[in-house]
Amino acid sequence: MTEPSDPGRAPDPEAIRPQRPAGPTHRALAERAQRRRSAVIAGVSTVVVFGALAAIVVRAPGWGQVRRAFFSWDDFRASLGDIAPAFMLNVRIFLIAEVLILVVALAVAVARSSRSPVLFPVRVLATVYVDLLRGIPIILLIFLLGFGVPALRLDGVTNEPVVWATVALVLSYSAYVSEVFRAGIDSVHESQRAAARSLGLTEGKALRFVVLPQAVRRVIPPLLNDFIALQKETALVGLLGPIEAARQAQIYSSKTFNFTSYLAAAVIFVALTVPLTRFTDWLVSRRRDRVSAGRLA
Amino acid sequence: MSSATWRAIGVVAVTGALLLAGCGDDDDETAGGGGGSCETEDLTLVKEGTLTIGTDTPAFPPWFEDDDPTNGEGFESAVAYAVAEELGFAPEDVEWTVVPFNNAFAPGDKSFDFDINQVSISEEREQAIDFSDGYYDVNQAIVGFSDSEAASATSLEDLKGLKLGAQQGTTSLDFINDVIDPDQEPYVYNDNSAAKAALDAQQVDGIVLDLPTAFYVSAVEIEGTAVIGQFPSVGEDPEQFGLVFEEGNPLRDCVNEALASLRDSGRLAEIEQEWLSEVVDAPVIPVE
Amino acid sequence: MSKLVLERVWKSFGDRDVLAQVDLAVAEHEVVALIGASGSGKSTLLRCVNLLEPVDDGRVLLDGVDISEPGRDVDAVRRRIGIVFQAFNLFPHLDVLGNVTLGPRRVLGFARRDAEARATELLARFGLADKASDYPDRLSGGQQQRVAIVRALAMDPELLLLDEITSALDPELVGEVLDVVRELKAGGMTMLIATHEMAFARSIADRVCFLDDGRICEEGPPAQVLDAPRHPRTQQFLQRVLRREDDTRP
Repeated sequence: MTEPSDPGRAPDPEAIRPQRPAGPTHRALAERAQRRRSAVIAGVSTVVVFGALAAIVVRAPGWGQVRRAFFSWDDFRASLGDIAPAFMLNVRIFLIAEVLILVVALAVAVARSSRSPVLFPVRVLATVYVDLLRGIPIILLIFLLGFGVPALRLDGVTNEPVVWATVALVLSYSAYVSEVFRAGIDSVHESQRAAARSLGLTEGKALRFVVLPQAVRRVIPPLLNDFIALQKETALVGLLGPIEAARQAQIYSSKTFNFTSYLAAAVIFVALTVPLTRFTDWLVSRRRDRVSAGRLA
Repeated sequence: MSSATWRAIGVVAVTGALLLAGCGDDDDETAGGGGGSCETEDLTLVKEGTLTIGTDTPAFPPWFEDDDPTNGEGFESAVAYAVAEELGFAPEDVEWTVVPFNNAFAPGDKSFDFDINQVSISEEREQAIDFSDGYYDVNQAIVGFSDSEAASATSLEDLKGLKLGAQQGTTSLDFINDVIDPDQEPYVYNDNSAAKAALDAQQVDGIVLDLPTAFYVSAVEIEGTAVIGQFPSVGEDPEQFGLVFEEGNPLRDCVNEALASLRDSGRLAEIEQEWLSEVVDAPVIPVE
Repeated sequence: MSKLVLERVWKSFGDRDVLAQVDLAVAEHEVVALIGASGSGKSTLLRCVNLLEPVDDGRVLLDGVDISEPGRDVDAVRRRIGIVFQAFNLFPHLDVLGNVTLGPRRVLGFARRDAEARATELLARFGLADKASDYPDRLSGGQQQRVAIVRALAMDPELLLLDEITSALDPELVGEVLDVVRELKAGGMTMLIATHEMAFARSIADRVCFLDDGRICEEGPPAQVLDAPRHPRTQQFLQRVLRREDDTRP
């Protein structure tokens, strides 16, 4: 008859806590093997898929012509020389517009979120602004402001197309971005505002010191998203005459019938946006970790 | 794979090769090749029995009237119908299709038999398409406000200090960059409407266009402007407008015959006189 | 004159009367405990006192002055009344010191250095000095609630409202928070406490009010209300609560 251990005996309080054996754990080994397998599969399938795609493209009857027309190294280098300086215009517009958009959008969002009866007309104005400017295609706005306003010949008002293009971009994007801010403000729990007001903070100060700091942090990823889009829409200034990167690419291509310049311009745009998109991804994943770990609202 | 499959692949490949070779038509009995008869029935056409002509929209005067190429009015509309008549097409057999300016001479298959759109003949463009002989000699001109500083320009030097504008991809733009070489980078627009709007908004001192359009803009479209100057054609060959054909299209030769016939009979000059007789003195600015 | 008086206060949400003709007076330095089932109106009552909820009818008087009158400067009133919430409601984007000094700096106008000095002192008093630069998400529930109390105290309130401040805490953390409240009572703070903790109410309150369905059903010294309730509803409520407490007692 086997003797089971005595069920009534209490565990020995003096017993030493067990030591983990040296070396990798069972799970670590299994995961390592799994990772190796996955890496091999990933590698092989990547090679196969991209290889097949490449093969299809390169063997297409038109490939030679397409390669000359779109992927010509000489044209790439030649056009880059003009496109890169033209891109500085895009960058300038983007930097200025971005700052202005943040300011205007925040103001509009705060106006729309306000509850005070005194601010009612402001709230209505803000709502009308957002509805209108989100409805009007940017291209129309650019023409309306860029050609229309200077044609009025008002005293003291500039005709500079770059200025008006920037204004159009700011007006249009602020409407979208203000909704992002508003979503952020709404997402901050009412109890935060209650706690702030309970301390005696006015509605304005509660917004400024408690709600907005939290709201803004939360919407940084969608904000960055809008700004990445803005970078490309700066090309619209070309409609009004100034030569920016995309226009420069077009100029090159109509002279030479080679479209590689578009590729060059695209590469430059991507060079600007990719770091930003990676940064956004990193921010989002960092937030996710913090939110799940603690109570960072 | 079965022999049927191979046959199918073969058909696809041959068709693809044909398309690439730029024959671009359905009722081709021989694979490519030029020459041949210019009888109406034998012509190489995009659509059988119809002469398909391309142009951009809006279609401006003095080249077209009322934005309607089918009415035969306007210099280019008249020339187009005259050529069609020479080829043996009645006006009702002519169809028009919209082709944005830059698309006309980009490489690739064309949806038209020929395109007529104030396209200047140039060697670079010849690489991608075929031109007919010239049907009009063109000078470049500048339009600006009569009361502006620009209006008093009489030499290239005077023009260098101006803020100029032109349509993207045009010989006008090349003229600014290569001949005038201004101090400030010119503004470049998608189309002449934008260029005119910019002039109206006084964002540029002057826009460069071909002379007839320049005259029309200054006389009719933007108040207070005038043709500040025109430039005699540089070099021996004056800039000419040509009809645009898909590369290798044998129709081109037949159209050249038609144009020669119209020129010889004086009809071409008549058309020019009728529709471009408004071309009067605009000061000539020497470019040498 | 009582420090705080609620006079025939009515409050409804939609067509539900959450507070029905509530009369309550709290004397200075007095500690009054509010007990009652959830939904009985305890939180609403407290929120009416610091004007987070406007009263529909009746008045709230602080030092004899009607503070619930529409048009009154609400922010000025709230400076004098502190409130601590069940869910702590600390500001997650500020560290502990930031949370505590926000009120003094932005409402009372203290300079940053002074506000921080005061805050550090207060935090030390309640055993939180080493947490000053931590963010709320790093603290345990009990620590967070204590910080919330310190935050309210930093404003030097005349009256403190505590809204079920231990209900969201794990049992072993409740004690440290209750100790803080005991200390405050010892210091003479006037308090109105909504709570589930009957033992605590018994030990700290000068008076206990039983709120039932928006009415104060019974009120009196803790010994009487908790041990010898007169009203049947009070008896029912306490039976239910004490049975639960029996179950959870080790």
